[in-house]
Amino acid sequence: MGEVVDYLSDAGTRAALLDMLLEHVYLSLLPLVVSVVLAVLLGLLAHRLPWAKAALAGTANVLYTIPSLALFAIIPAVIGTQVLDSANVVIALTLYTTALLVRPVADALDAVPAHVTAAATAMGFRPVRRFLAVELPLAVPVLAAGVRVGSVSNISLVSVGALIGTGGLGVLFTDGFRQRYLAPIVIGIVLTLLLALVVDLLLVWLRDRLAPWTLVGKP
Amino acid sequence: MIFADAFAWLVDPVNWSGGRSIPVRVGVHLLYCLGAVLGAAAIAVPLGLFIGHTGRGGVLLVGGSNALRALPTLGLVTFLYLLMGGGPAGVLIALVVLAVPPILAGAYAGVQGVDRGVVDAARGMGMTGAQRLWQVEVPNALPLLVGGLRNATLQVVATASVAAYVGVETLGRPLLDGLRVLDYGQFVGGAVLIALLAVLLDALLAGVGRLVVPRGLRLSAGSRRRGVELAAAAAQPDAGGSTA
Amino acid sequence: MKRTLAVAVAAAALVLSACGSAEDLGGSGQQADSGEVVVGSADFTENKILAEIYAGALKATGAKVTVKSGIGARELVVKALQDKSLGVVPEYTGNLLNYFDKTNTTSTADEVYAALKAKTPAGLEVLEKSAAEDKDVLVVTKETAERGVKSIADLGSGQYVLGAAGEWAQRWESRIKELYGVTFKEIKTTDAGGPVTVDALKNGTAQVANLYTTQADIAVNGFVQLEDPKNMYPAQNVVPLLRSDAVDAKGKQALDKVSAALTTQNLAELVKRVDVDKETVANVAADFLKTVSL
Repeated sequence: MGEVVDYLSDAGTRAALLDMLLEHVYLSLLPLVVSVVLAVLLGLLAHRLPWAKAALAGTANVLYTIPSLALFAIIPAVIGTQVLDSANVVIALTLYTTALLVRPVADALDAVPAHVTAAATAMGFRPVRRFLAVELPLAVPVLAAGVRVGSVSNISLVSVGALIGTGGLGVLFTDGFRQRYLAPIVIGIVLTLLLALVVDLLLVWLRDRLAPWTLVGKP
Repeated sequence: MIFADAFAWLVDPVNWSGGRSIPVRVGVHLLYCLGAVLGAAAIAVPLGLFIGHTGRGGVLLVGGSNALRALPTLGLVTFLYLLMGGGPAGVLIALVVLAVPPILAGAYAGVQGVDRGVVDAARGMGMTGAQRLWQVEVPNALPLLVGGLRNATLQVVATASVAAYVGVETLGRPLLDGLRVLDYGQFVGGAVLIALLAVLLDALLAGVGRLVVPRGLRLSAGSRRRGVELAAAAAQPDAGGSTA
Repeated sequence: MKRTLAVAVAAAALVLSACGSAEDLGGSGQQADSGEVVVGSADFTENKILAEIYAGALKATGAKVTVKSGIGARELVVKALQDKSLGVVPEYTGNLLNYFDKTNTTSTADEVYAALKAKTPAGLEVLEKSAAEDKDVLVVTKETAERGVKSIADLGSGQYVLGAAGEWAQRWESRIKELYGVTFKEIKTTDAGGPVTVDALKNGTAQVANLYTTQADIAVNGFVQLEDPKNMYPAQNVVPLLRSDAVDAKGKQALDKVSAALTTQNLAELVKRVDVDKETVANVAADFLKTVSL
């Protein structure tokens, strides 16, 4: 404990920690935002085309099975980025989160009752507007549940990137290890857990704003 | 081009014999994973079944195990290495800690998700609590329980690769070594091996799952993984609105 | 419709905030022509300290300096120097020469430095080398040394287990046999002079370890460095590598003064203060600069 206090007593160290934290937020949340958009588009595709649904689900399952360290390393080989480029981490996490979200989004769209869409059509909604105003909002709770799982997993996985040059708070683990210094490692773990918690609370808040009807009947 | 180098590395006979060869590393990798999943199952399955059956402490435990899911694997591995002063024990403990949450979530969600009507019917037939657990709840929980075991295996396979950083001879070794000297063939070759191992193990467990899960209770492959994860997410105290 | 709008706005806000922080991270952001010098460093303690020292010395000449630490492999460092995202990096003569000239066989300090000057690509240059050297060294425990193992030549054949980084075998296994007739019972992959290697030597899973001369672990654990009379390991003098137009004459002079003040011993002491005493890199570098008259 005293070690942690000593470690934090240096202003330069605290500034560096803030930089790492911001990098961590960026590396874990950018993929989240991108994959929500991707998953909605792909989920719509899967909802409309049954064969696409099977193909996407299969791909997603395999992708999700590949360990992060391996995926971080395979991406530069496939798309030609530099091995130490932070884009590798962002792309890998985007793939994971999209893989996690596509199927539930498609299922949620499938589950919109036919009479609801029929009513919207009867009210004169064109397909695009019907999708954005009726079907998509009804999928928000499912999407939110998936996004919450994705955010926790991204925030935890970013640190692995420290082994390939881009790690946000993960750098505290490699630095601490080489120095045999527990303080930065403990701080890295605590900050990661706190970040996951804060982001999760924000996501719950956002979900409740976007889908307030789910709150009905809640105390 | 890089894949050609990776392929050359993969088929180079030098990498197939001796103490630092691919087969040795696959073996070490599998041993760590097997030990960790068995250890974690010994803790998490009884606990998850108990909590699911009695309904006591569920919120607390699932909440706690969700927090564990946010644990950065590299942080845990380096922390335990330094704490234990090196050696394989720290790595093994880290792997067990990371394998517990998915198994716990699977066991708990499996039992808890059994149709109340089914449980009531069993009670109506005069079954005792233990009979209900073993004859009704556990068989019905198997699909999600097996799903939890598969998720735990994936987590452990991934983390065992990361643990090469603290000196264990797993498949993460060639990847990290290749990166150090910018030997891309070795770097990507190692990555491909890890990915293959994970995909094959998952397929194997899926097959085992199909054998042990009673017909009529089988879930489709896709709904399994999310079933477990979303069930865990939905079980959080603040997620009352989400029925996913 | 309102709901859709809210979704869109929320998503846009998230994207924008993400872009905002992307700015700070732009890995290869081009250095402006404002005369600002970017000092880069690799991601190990000693190199970080050296980068901070260089930065401090350049600042003392009135230059605007920033430090970018944790730039990984040498290949990237050289590329970054050439595309102007970096101006100066602390380097090591032997490794740098090997990178510029894969066929190199020289190994003494002066030979290596002369060859390096000749092989450095146009546009880049190395300044004066310092006496400080951070090179590979094989070490044994005190007990092993007391049994008469003082030089690499004393390791014999098939007697000991070596702990070293993954690439050691590929680089040195045949060379050590050729020069000294030494073979090992086993070469264990540990890490590059990190805790895994040191622990392997301490707990006896390896009896010989490949470490680096400025490492604090050697003195802390009383390890004995084996002599290398045939210069198997090439010299690794600390040397600033820079893009010629990134630093002015005053700056180069300041860096030469830093190099003149550095010795293996005082560099090892600086590393120890960070790795063992847990002082920060910035503070240790600042202290050292006070001892250099710029």
